[in-house]
Amino acid sequence: MELTGAEIVVRCLAEEGVEFVFGYPGGAVLNIYDEVFKQDKFKHVLVRHEQAAVHAADGYARATGRTGVALVTSGPGATNAVTGIATAYMDSIPLVVISGQVPTAVIGMDAFQEVDMVGITRPCVKHNFLVKDANDIAETLKKAFYIASTGRPGPVVVDIPKDVTQAKAEFAYPKKVAMRSYNPVIKGHTGQIKRAVQMILEAKRPMIYTGGGVVLSNAAEDLTRFTRLLGFPITNTLMGLGGYPATDPQFTGMLGMHGTYEANMAMQHCDVLIAIGARFDDRVIGNPEHFFQDGRRIIHIDIDPASIAKRVKVDVPIVGNVKDVLAEMTKLIQAAKEKPDQVALKTWWTQIELWRSRDCMKYDRSSSLIKPQYVIEKMYEVTRGEAYVTSDVGQHQMWAAQYYKFDQPRRWINSGGLGTMGFGLPAAMGAQFAHPDATVACVTGEGSIQMNIQELATCKQFNLPLKIVLLNNRYLGMVRQWQEFFYGNRYAESYMDALPDFVKLAESYGHVGMRIEKPEDVESALKEGFGPELKERLVFMNFITDRTENVCPMVPAGKGLSEMILV
Amino acid sequence: MENEAGALSRVAGLFSARGYNIESLTVAPTEDETLSRMTIVTRGSDDVIEQITKQLNKLIDVVKVVDLSEAGHIERELMLVKVRAEGELREEMKRMSDIFRGRIVDVTEKTYIIELTGAGYKLDAFLEALDKSAILETVRTGASGIGRGDRILKV
Ligand SMILES: Cc1ncc(C[n+]2csc(CCOP(=O)(O)OP(=O)(O)O)c2C)c(N)n1
Repeated sequence: MELTGAEIVVRCLAEEGVEFVFGYPGGAVLNIYDEVFKQDKFKHVLVRHEQAAVHAADGYARATGRTGVALVTSGPGATNAVTGIATAYMDSIPLVVISGQVPTAVIGMDAFQEVDMVGITRPCVKHNFLVKDANDIAETLKKAFYIASTGRPGPVVVDIPKDVTQAKAEFAYPKKVAMRSYNPVIKGHTGQIKRAVQMILEAKRPMIYTGGGVVLSNAAEDLTRFTRLLGFPITNTLMGLGGYPATDPQFTGMLGMHGTYEANMAMQHCDVLIAIGARFDDRVIGNPEHFFQDGRRIIHIDIDPASIAKRVKVDVPIVGNVKDVLAEMTKLIQAAKEKPDQVALKTWWTQIELWRSRDCMKYDRSSSLIKPQYVIEKMYEVTRGEAYVTSDVGQHQMWAAQYYKFDQPRRWINSGGLGTMGFGLPAAMGAQFAHPDATVACVTGEGSIQMNIQELATCKQFNLPLKIVLLNNRYLGMVRQWQEFFYGNRYAESYMDALPDFVKLAESYGHVGMRIEKPEDVESALKEGFGPELKERLVFMNFITDRTENVCPMVPAGKGLSEMILV
Repeated sequence: MENEAGALSRVAGLFSARGYNIESLTVAPTEDETLSRMTIVTRGSDDVIEQITKQLNKLIDVVKVVDLSEAGHIERELMLVKVRAEGELREEMKRMSDIFRGRIVDVTEKTYIIELTGAGYKLDAFLEALDKSAILETVRTGASGIGRGDRILKV
């Protein structure tokens, strides 16, 4: 049967089992919207800004592991989506973003609302397509979903000119895709895996360091089994939190710029480092020269060959899906006759416990001002560690990562790679759509929340009972901290003046607003905000926190991991 | 790589975004019209070349990447040089062209166009050998390369 291009788009999304499309209409996508109107296979969520559409699709993808979908119009709709696309790209999140385009006949004519979307997004997508013929829509979308979700995942843009959505074509959704130029490796090389196991069994001061790849490949259980079997210390990156239970004694906390003393010291002084689904980012290892002052052998497991040996030299590279490789290594270790040297391991743990005893995350608990760390700690208790927590970018993000103990994957949702302020609220919407009965909290700053504050209206329209935890320090806190440490206390443009009354603001959008000023009110406010009475409501909790608090420990940029600033 | 619109810009964009240098880049469709073949000349340490290879492989449109310099290969580039050919120079240019096995493909009263093929260094040597003031214009294609003997790059 012949269908219009727009009908085909909608049918393809249904065939893919898409539940939600986050979008915003406009001229170039009117045909598609008309078909969205007529169908009931998926729900369309009207956001208030296209950036939020992409972040919401991204939050949905992170919370579920499924591919998120966004739909935007040409020109400004498309450019508004770019920040969201780049955010997903940096964190390897599977998305399909469909953008409208001006009719093929006027492409290149500087037509109204024309922008070269394929050109603009090229450096921040896994792949993109311009569909020039209605006959190609189905196959292109099939490929888009396949590329987005396999290998190292990432966003794929499909740009569709308006006339293509009008033209008619035969519709048949392909069952499979075969692409000679795209064949992601899944299984690791057996010889390399054996070498890695041998190295692991010989380790005297081992360390396991894991990142977002563990979460993305749904390998948290495999990682836990592997780590417990070995009894080795483990650390997670900012993106990897929840990949290993944070309450487990083998967990040494997050590492990196704002990582724990014990994790960073163990990372620096280990003799065998097992890096899994992580990429030795500059925020993680600090100055590479300093990192290499201490010799260590490195095993690196990653699905993306280009991530291996990019920043550090690796002794045993293993390209493959983290989940499969971990399962295979675990089997080999169980079958091996030797065990790692238990005496050496014990000595190593004694050293780590000594580092741990410095209690690097302590803070002043007797202050008369609300300490942001305290808010997160209490929030952890009140939600029993079970919430989906999204964050924006800044100090609050680091405190959430440090003080909320994530025992499960996909619960911690933040923009680690691009560091996009404005991510938190729309991402929380996506997570809440994915898990309507779960508690979803957004930890934010008064700078960040104002970057997508308009989404409070979307939350009202769809009755999303998000809990917004604003750590309000009246500063662009992370900027202020750098200015205090490295710019002689010259707080250039980091003071957030003329803040709105957030309680009234929340109320004007139809939500519940709360303002909390004293430490003794923190717990009761959280209990109320997250409590049964307000279960159905979005609650905006504005915590007036100590404005001078800094995130510690800190490895200053360009310094080594063992050169931390401690409290 | 796939002979798709935009494939070239993905490669060029990759080099500029990641700060790799491109000395030359040539591309044209092959006997299989769904495929294009590109020869890129770049410079870098082994680590950098490894990264470039991996990053190129990651591009969805790229089917296969081979580092020709790893083994025997033939490299050829075409150059057209317009030179002054008046008075004494007329004989001189003809002679130089012959020595370098060039061909004169256009003749006017005042100029010649000399066509020369070879590895990049040979073309450089030719330009070096000419009287600078005699060179009016040059155009080069950049290198195309192919492995020697049994080394076959085919999909
Ligand atoms: C879109 C965007 N612009 C600028 C920055 C740079 N930046 C990083 S953290 C930060 C301050 C964030 O302030 P706020 O949201 O109030 O959080 P706080 O650090 O105070 O917790 C800024 C401006 C960014 N990450 N993203």
